[in-house]
Amino acid sequence: MESPATPHKSALRKTPLNALHRRVGAKMVNFDGWEMPVEYPSSGGLIAEHKAVRSGVGVFDVSHMGDIRIHSGARPGGALAAVQHISMNDASKLAIGQAHYSAMLYPEGTFVDDVIVHRLGEDDYLLVINAGTREKDIQWVRENTRNFDCVVEDLSDAYTQLAIQGPRGIDVMKKLTDAHLEGLKNYWFTHGTVCGLKNTLIARTGYTGEDGFEIYVPSDAATSEKVWNQVMEAGREFAVVPCGLGCRNTLRLESKMALYGHEISDKTNVWEAGLDRYCNMEKGEFVGRTALEKAKAAGLRRTLVGIEMIDRGIARDQYCCCNEAGETIGVVTSGSPSPTLGKNIALAYVPPAYSAVGTVLRVEIRGQKCKAQVVPTPFYKRAKKAAVQQVS
Amino acid sequence: MAYPKNYRYSKEHEWIKVDGGVATIGITDYAQHELGDVVFVELPKLGTKIEAGKSFGTVESVKAVSEIYAPAAGEVIEANGELQNAPEKINTDPHGAAWLIKVRLTNAAELSGLMDAAAYEAYIAAKGQEASA
Repeated sequence: MESPATPHKSALRKTPLNALHRRVGAKMVNFDGWEMPVEYPSSGGLIAEHKAVRSGVGVFDVSHMGDIRIHSGARPGGALAAVQHISMNDASKLAIGQAHYSAMLYPEGTFVDDVIVHRLGEDDYLLVINAGTREKDIQWVRENTRNFDCVVEDLSDAYTQLAIQGPRGIDVMKKLTDAHLEGLKNYWFTHGTVCGLKNTLIARTGYTGEDGFEIYVPSDAATSEKVWNQVMEAGREFAVVPCGLGCRNTLRLESKMALYGHEISDKTNVWEAGLDRYCNMEKGEFVGRTALEKAKAAGLRRTLVGIEMIDRGIARDQYCCCNEAGETIGVVTSGSPSPTLGKNIALAYVPPAYSAVGTVLRVEIRGQKCKAQVVPTPFYKRAKKAAVQQVS
Repeated sequence: MAYPKNYRYSKEHEWIKVDGGVATIGITDYAQHELGDVVFVELPKLGTKIEAGKSFGTVESVKAVSEIYAPAAGEVIEANGELQNAPEKINTDPHGAAWLIKVRLTNAAELSGLMDAAAYEAYIAAKGQEASA
C-alpha cells in the first residue's frame, strides 16, 4: 500500500493551533503548502466528523484562510469603488454587517480566487480568501486597486479563524458570547465578546452547507488554544468533535460549493462554473467583465454538472468522463463517496449537450468505463428550520 | 493492535500468512490507520497471476486511492467477497476477517525477503518518528 498522506515537510506553514492538533493526535497533511489536520482519529475519523456536522456540531481550524481588509483612503467611497472593480458581485448592495460570496477574476473572465466579502463599516471591507492563493491574491489586489483611493491591508496572519458548523453550532456559540445570534441571518455577521475577547467578528458563514459560524480571534498561540478549548468544552454537551479538512471537502462537495483548483481556476470562467447568480453584469465595469460578455455571446462549451455513480467505483478528481459511445467528453473536478447520501458523487465539466439530469455518462476508473448519471445539484440541501422563519 | 508473530510484512504495509502452499494476504493495521475510513476494495479475479512487488488491487478511503502490492508471486485462488459490501471491516479487523486474497505461492523462498513482526514494528515506529520530527 502507498501512504495516501503527503509526508510532512518542515517547510510547511502552520496555523497557531498546529501544536494542539498534534497533541490530540490529528492526522496532518500538506494542504496547499500548509500542514493541516485532515482528520482526527479521536473524533472517529472523517465519516464520523462529517456526520457530526450534519446532525450536531463540529469545529474546524481554518486559520490558513487569508484575510484582506480594504478601507477608505483620504475620502470615503474609495474602498467600495476598489471592491467593485476587483470582484464580480455587487458590493454596493451590502449593508454594514452583511457578507456575500463573490470572486476576483482575471481579464479573461477566469478565476483569481473566490472570496467572501464582508462589509465591516461605511467604506470598509474584509475579503476572506483561500490559503493556497494567499500571496497571489494579495499581490493581485494591490496591483488592481492601485488607482483607487483606498488602503489595502493583509490581515491573514492576524487572525485564528475557527468554523463552528452544524445545527447545534448556535447552541455552542450562545454559551460563549453575549452577541445576539438568533436573529443573525445566514451570511450576516456581528461583533461581540467571545470567550472574553471583546469585539470579535462572528459571521454566520461556512463551507459545509450546514448552519454555522466562523469566528476571528487574535492569532497568538495562547489565545488561539484558549478559544479552541473553550469551544470544545462548551460543545461537550452537544457531542462536538474537532473536524479536519477531509470532511470539510466531503461536506462542501455534497453542497456543490466550489473549490479553487478544482471547479474554479484560471482556466474556467464564471458561466462554466455555474456561478452566474454571484456575478452582477449590471453593476458597472469590473475586471473580467468584458471577457464574460464575449463568453456569454459565444455560448457555453462546457458546464459543471453533478453526477452519481451507477456502477461500483468512485470517480476522483481528474478522471475522464466519456459518453456512452466511449468518447472522452469531459473531466471530473471533485469526486468522493458521500457520507450523507451513501452514494459515490462527483462534479464534472461536460459539454452542455450532456448536462441534462438523467443523462448517462461513463467515468473512466483505472481503465474501466463505469456507468454514471447526471443528477440535480446540490446533492444535499439542509432543511430550513421552521423556528428561524417565524422571526419577523 | 498487535502484529501476529506468524505473519510476514512488506515495506508497502501488506501482510502475508502461509499455510502449506497457500498464502493469505491483507493490509496491516498501520495501513488501515493511514488510509482512514475504507469505503471501497477492488480485488483480482480467481486465477489471476500476481507478481511480487506489483499492484494486484486497490483499497480506497474517502480521501484517496491506494494500490495494494503483492508481497510474493502466486495465483489467486480466493478473494474475500465480504469486503465488497463491508469494506469498513478493513478498519476493524485488518489482520483477521478482512484478509484480501488467498494465493497459491509460486516461490515460497520470496518470503525470506519480508520482515517479521518485530522488524515491521520497528519499521513503522521509525516512520512515526519521521512524521513528528
